[in-house]
Formats: sequence, structure tokens, C-alpha cells
Amino acid sequence: MKVLVPVKRVIDYNVKVRVKADGSGVDLANVKMAMNPFDEIAVEEAIRLKEAGIATEVVAVSCGAANCQETLRTAMALGADRAILVEADVELQPLAVAKLLKALVEKEAPQLVILGKQAIDDDANQTGQMLAALLGWPQATFASKVVVADGRATVTREIDGGLETLELPLPAVITTDLRLNEPRYATLPNIMKAKKKPLDNVKPADLGVDVAPRLTTLKVVEPPRRQAGVKVADVAELVAKLKNEAKVI
Amino acid sequence: MADYIAPLQDMQFVLRELAGIEQVAQLPGYEEASADVVEAILDEAAKFAGGVLSPLNAIGDREGAKWHDRAVTMPAGFKEAYVQFADNGWNGLSCQPEHGGQGLPKVVSAAVQEMWKASNMAFSLCPLLTLGAVEALELCGSAEQKDRFLPNMIAGKWTGTMNLTEPQAGSDLAAIRTRAEPQADGSYRIFGQKIFITYGEHDMAENIIHLVLGRLPDAPEGVKGISLFIVPKFLVNDDGSLGARNDAWCVGIEHKLGIHASPTAVMAYGDNGGATGYLIGKPNEGLKYMFIMMNAARYAVGLEGLALSERAYQQALAYAKDRVQGRAIEGSDAGVPIIRHPDIRRMLMLMKSQVEAMRALAYTVGAAHDTALRHPDAAERAKQQAFVDLMIPVVKGWLTETGIEVASLGVQIHGGMGYIEETGAAQHLRDARITTIYEGTTGIQANDLLGRKIMRDGGAALKAAGEMMQATLAELEKQPGEEFAAIKAALGRGLAALAEAGSFIATNAAKDVRGTFVGAVPFLKLMGIVCGGWVMARAALVAQARIGAGQGGDGASFYPSKITTARFYADHVLAAAPGLAYTVRHGGASALALSEDAF
Repeated sequence: MKVLVPVKRVIDYNVKVRVKADGSGVDLANVKMAMNPFDEIAVEEAIRLKEAGIATEVVAVSCGAANCQETLRTAMALGADRAILVEADVELQPLAVAKLLKALVEKEAPQLVILGKQAIDDDANQTGQMLAALLGWPQATFASKVVVADGRATVTREIDGGLETLELPLPAVITTDLRLNEPRYATLPNIMKAKKKPLDNVKPADLGVDVAPRLTTLKVVEPPRRQAGVKVADVAELVAKLKNEAKVI
Repeated sequence: MADYIAPLQDMQFVLRELAGIEQVAQLPGYEEASADVVEAILDEAAKFAGGVLSPLNAIGDREGAKWHDRAVTMPAGFKEAYVQFADNGWNGLSCQPEHGGQGLPKVVSAAVQEMWKASNMAFSLCPLLTLGAVEALELCGSAEQKDRFLPNMIAGKWTGTMNLTEPQAGSDLAAIRTRAEPQADGSYRIFGQKIFITYGEHDMAENIIHLVLGRLPDAPEGVKGISLFIVPKFLVNDDGSLGARNDAWCVGIEHKLGIHASPTAVMAYGDNGGATGYLIGKPNEGLKYMFIMMNAARYAVGLEGLALSERAYQQALAYAKDRVQGRAIEGSDAGVPIIRHPDIRRMLMLMKSQVEAMRALAYTVGAAHDTALRHPDAAERAKQQAFVDLMIPVVKGWLTETGIEVASLGVQIHGGMGYIEETGAAQHLRDARITTIYEGTTGIQANDLLGRKIMRDGGAALKAAGEMMQATLAELEKQPGEEFAAIKAALGRGLAALAEAGSFIATNAAKDVRGTFVGAVPFLKLMGIVCGGWVMARAALVAQARIGAGQGGDGASFYPSKITTARFYADHVLAAAPGLAYTVRHGGASALALSEDAF
């Protein structure tokens, strides 16, 4: 069974994000980038499937600028067998990525696509769902446990108020939640070997996909700073404020 | 305590722009170290240091290594972290590929080691000592010894130690008494006691390979009669499996000021009939072999000064931004974070600027070492080796002395809370305190610098280094603006002071050796400060070029900060150079004038 793992290059979670002075977006100049943490979990799950003898090949995919190669090398250092970069210099929105992935799925014919439930930059939480819809495949999102056997995936997912278990026939799309696994650290020999693993480069046009953005970003602003609180003399004043100023009771 | 986040941006900057990693990657045998692979290695090492080693740092300090019944139990989590460290292949990063290493350049190893040391200095000493023992075997061991011991040591399954010191033989190894008696089968029986053996005993690995200095029965007196032996904790069978427990036992560990998790063992060899040992190389050449490795060991300890400074700086910075105390000196309505106070700012800049200068100098010397080892042209190799030999005592002495100062500033910025162990600021200072002592005290480094590195060649290597630094001065000349004018003026004064003090030493030592050597440590500090000024000036020049090329980016502050930091270093650190030169020239007589009775 082949597993396709889409990974996104995002701003590192340790970096304090700054908005550009002109409000056109987040400042990415000289900022450390890393693999989206949810996608790291997806890579880990795919590698575990391979180690368990269920998957035979793990293919990592990333869509974006040329330096997404670094993210793909990271995936291969963790254990992915090869990688495909869909190189595009324009902003890629979830629908465009889903269409690119659909085209790759049709080429590669994986039985399973496993990816992060969302990326920590835009928090869109759309790509996996859109991909499943475009392919007409079953989907299980927010997975916290995945069992693959006999051509079916049993997925436990985190929902409000508890856990839900779904069973779906393969091929399918699964998106990962934080508690699915704890990603490993890459070993030094595997980092060195990753350089020698195959990395294909394709363009959206090669896949026949129009990736032009459908949404326009008007303005990006930082969240308002939290204002200092006030002290109240007694409960009566607190209640009065909640009632008249905050208007919550 | 604040977690350690590896300063990858500055590390990459120094590797790329100052140490010349791309040129290093073109040296024969280093082809694997392309820029993207090095970046991936540093990224992953940073994750491991921050995620696995850093959280154990305070635990290790609190719990410490525990001795009982001739065995040592490591603090909670250390064994698991070590096994993971070894399984992930970090141990073999710079080791030779023949026995399972990755053969990466020294300068890459330096950057990665900085992370291990900064995240958990006590832990990092175990792989460091193993690496020292591996290098000794790689250089001096027989083919049979290499095959028997190296693969498991490089893989980290077995660790290594260096057994030099005895109670009466510390800085003076001529006084070593450990005996080695030849046996019929070609092995030796080792008898003696060794102290201060870092990781001499622990429970993290299945075997420990001790390298032990001792004397053969017919050995000449003094340093010319010392041989080096392999003494494994468990003997190794011909098939590679572990055999009998050797008569090499840890009879106690020291209670120390810092690095509590690093067991400092007292080792007893041969109390129960003799420990089995194997001679490395030729008889009576042991000290020579040790000296081959001395450069690497001293360089590595210098990195400890840098690493602990970085850690102390990160922690002090986080506290200074968070801690609200006092109004601003120019007036403010409410209390302000202490980073707004001018003196806190000065201390943070002292920490930051010296950390960056130390890193730039250490990696520059690391890359020169790689060039000295691998460059195809013999003249270039010799030139780089002379530079490395000159700089090793400076890297060891100046980085560690500065490391203590920086860690102390970290405590100071915390105020009273810095004196309380829970904050963790004090641990860095306690851990740093050993670095100016082991692998040769600062005094020994300074004597080495004067005696072997300057006086012996009549100051030729020093002069060559001075000329290299003068070239940077000429480049500074071309830059407009107040910042570069100040950097240039300070570096100019520093270089003049260094040349003046250097020629004083070269000419005066013959006349007044005692008075000259009073100035040895001041001269070492002078040289460190000036070399630091030189690399910071180079960093500022690169930053200026990047800004000029439009690579500053919107709101990106790295390059402008670099120039400002170089300026601060010039104003606050490099400014001390002429004073140190004065002390070198004039400070000898008064230090020696009093009779011993007058003390």
C-alpha cells in the first residue's frame, strides 16, 4: 500500500509572529520555517504504518516555493521514501492545494492520503476535506487513532464531548490531530541519507491545475493588546459592571 | 527555568559568512557537508537539544549522580536520553566513516556540540569524553584495537574516559605513579588510583572504555616514561561480546560546585589482582598521544564557555522582559519591565555581544582546523595549523573566562531571584566555573600561549594573525557612518595594543621571564578581546553588505542588530584592550616585589 503525505512549510512554532508594517501579511523575511506540526504527526503515522508492514511506500508532497524542498528533506529524514515538490511561487490557497493533490493522487494511486488537520499558519482546516470531496473518497478528520487492516481504516477521532470511531474503506483521506502520536526525532544517518532520496519537481501547469487565488487578503492585523483590568470594590460593583458595561448578564 | 532554544540564525550566519562552511564543504572528504545538509543537521540537533536534553538540565543539577556499592546511578531520565542520543547517531557525527562515523567537519561538530553543552552541560560531557577516547584510538590504536572497540564507541553503545590525573599528579603529569606490568599474553596488569575521571562510572551504557596513563616497569622518570593503556570496564571477547568484569572500580564520586549530573569518579585499578589493560601505540609515548588530542579537548572546553553564556543570556533576557520592577529612570506612570533600565540593558548587551563574538571566533578556528586537516595544498595546511595552534589557548582561556563573567551577569540581572536556586540562573554560573580549570587552567593556557605559541617561533604566528586582522581594518575604512568609524577606531586601538604587548613579550621574556609571565593571563584576555573585536567587525561588514543588497527584509532586525552589537562590543569590550596591554608591559614588577613572608 502506498501512502501519500502532504506536508506544508510554515513559520516555526517558536517564532514570535510579526505582521508586516503595511498590513499585507505576516513578515517571513529571515524567519525560521519548519514543517507544520500536524503534518509531522502525519509523516510519523505513515512511517509507523510502513514499519508495521502495512504500507510499502511513503511519498511526501509539498506545494509551494522552491525552499519547500527543505521540508520534504525533513520528511525523508524521518523516513519517507521519496518526495514530490509542486513548485509554485504564488500564494496557494486550500482549494488550489487540494486540486494539486488530487492530480497527484491520480498519478500516484495511493491507498491512503494522510495529512495534518490544519496548518498552524492559516489554520484553515480545509485541505483534507476538499481533497476527499474532489476525489470522492471517504474521509476521517481529527484522527487520534488509526488502524489499517483488510482494506479498511478504523479511525478514532476527537469530537466535542468525546471520541467517535469511524470505519472507512480505502482509499481514503485521514487528517491528524495532536494526540495521534508523538513524532520521532530524525537520526543523523537518516538526515544524511535524505539528501540522496529522490525528490521530483513538478509545476502546477504540468498537473493541469489553475492555482490562481480565489480569495483576496484585504488586511492582516495583530490581535488587539489586552487592556489592563480594573479593581472593583465589592460584588455589587462587579455585578453592575457586568450588567451595564460588559452587558453579559 | 526557561527552555533552551538553539540560536540557529546566528549559528547559520557565523557558519556561512564568517567560518566559510561552503569552502569547508569543498575540502576533500567533506563533500557531504553541503549547506542544506548542515542546515538540516543543525535543525534536528536543535530539536533534540531543546526537546530532550534541556528539560533534564535542572533535574540533573538537583538530583546529581549517585554513588553506591562501587556503581553510579544517573539522575532520572538521563539513561533514556542517552540511549536516544546514541540511537539517533549523534555520537558519531565527526568520527571516521570506516567504523561507523559520519565524518562531518569539525566546525559542524562545534555548532552541534554547542547545542548539547548549552542544553545540558553535564550530559554533554559523556559524549565529549567518548569522542576524545575515540580520537585517541583512531590516531594511535592498532587495527585490531580499532576493530574491537571503535564501532561500539562511535555508535555510543560504549562510552569512553580519559584517566590522567592522580592525587599527586594534576597539572604535573610527570608525577604519575600508576603501574603497568607486562603479561605473557601481551596484555598488561594495571595498578593505581585515578581521580577526577569524568563519567568514570555510570549506568547509561553497557560498557566503559577507560584510557589510562601509566608507567611500565622499565620506564624512564618523568613525562618521558608514560604510556597509554585501554582498560575496559568489561573485557571484550574476540566475537565482540562482553566478557568478565575487569578489576577497574569506581570507589567514589566527588561532590562538586556544578555539573552535578556528571559523575566525577575516583577509579581504583588493580585492587583485586590487577586490571587487564592493552598498550596503545608505543611504550613511553602516552603523553605525546594525549597531547595530540589536547587541542581538540581544549577547543571543546572553550565551546562550553560559549554554550553556557548563550544559555545564561537566554534565561536573563526572558526574565528581563518579564520582570516588572521600578519606574523608568526618565519617569513613567507605572513599573516597567527591567529591560527598560539602562544598566540592565548594558548587561544584556554585554552578554549578547560577547556570546556572538565567542561563537564567531570559535567557529572561525573550527573551520581553520578543518582546512589545516584537509586542504590539498601543504603550505595552506601549515598556515592554518599555525593559526589553530596559536588560537587554541585563546579559545579555551578566553571563552571560559568570559563564560563565567557572562553567567555571573545572568545571575545579576535576576537580582535576588538569581541567588535562589529555583530560578536556575545560578546553575549556569556553577556549571561554568569548572571550565577555566579542567583541561588546563587559564594560567596553563596563558603559559602555553606565551611559551609555545609566541616565544618559540619569535612571534611569527602572532604577527600573521595580526596582519589578517589588519586587513579587516582596511575594509572597515571604506564603510561610511558613525557605527563603522567607532568599530574601526576601537579595533585599531586593540590591534596596536596587541602588537605592542606581543613584541614586549617576544623581547622581554629572555630578560625577565617571571615578570613577563605575570602578564600571561592579561595577554591571553587581551588577545581574546581583540580577536573577538576582529570577528565582530567582520560580522558587521557582512551585515552591511547584506543590507546594501536589499536582504534586510521588511522588519527583519538581524543584520542591523549585528552592526549595533559590533559597535557595542567595540565601545564596551574592545575598549579594555589598551589597559590590558599596559598591565602586560608594566604589571610584572609589582606582582613579584613582595617577599613571600610579606604575604
